[in-house]
Amino acid sequence: MSVDSVFVHKMWNDNELSKMVKGGVPFPMLSDAGGKVGTVYGIYDQDAGVETRGRFLIDPDGIVQGFEVLTPPVGRNVGETLRQVQAFQLVRNSKGSEAAPSGWKPGKMTLKPGPELVGKVWEVWKTEMAFD
Amino acid sequence: MAEEEKIGCARPTGGPVGEPPQEEEKEPKISEKEKKTMIMVGKKAPDFSAPAYNKGKFTSSKLSDYLGKWVVLCFYPGDFTFV
Repeated sequence: MSVDSVFVHKMWNDNELSKMVKGGVPFPMLSDAGGKVGTVYGIYDQDAGVETRGRFLIDPDGIVQGFEVLTPPVGRNVGETLRQVQAFQLVRNSKGSEAAPSGWKPGKMTLKPGPELVGKVWEVWKTEMAFD
Repeated sequence: MAEEEKIGCARPTGGPVGEPPQEEEKEPKISEKEKKTMIMVGKKAPDFSAPAYNKGKFTSSKLSDYLGKWVVLCFYPGDFTFV
């Protein structure tokens, strides 16, 4: 979503993005003229008249599970976004019985929070696991 | 007259052409209702509907139509920006 019109979205997709991604952008490119939606989400820069790089993860119940906001000159890490979605999906599928520790990614161990784990995380989770 | 300048934002200089700037206007009009919504993790996202360009068609998307699915909502400064 940006403040650009759907016509500009079409031009950008057809003339540039479709050369980067086969078939073009596979999801809706939303237009927010005037930044009204961006304002409600707290990421519209009124002075510049544009939206900053806000990214929101919204779960199937419509609940915001996470967000990240960057100023314009630095791009996002899409892999990190996908990792967070996978982690939240895992937690949701476990109905909250499992938690994804720092550095978790698919295939890595999860934690099962409960009285037995209090003070014992150091035994099962090592700091190297926070990194790849 | 039109020298090459760093890309910035257009803004009114504050007065009619050929006249000195007048007093600055107050912050514009965002309705109280829109202002009140605050994003909090663990709380519901504000719903919206917006015009969209989607796979060759002009359509409209509403966030609440995606209930039951995971949504990644991304904002960015503008089409054809670089990063």
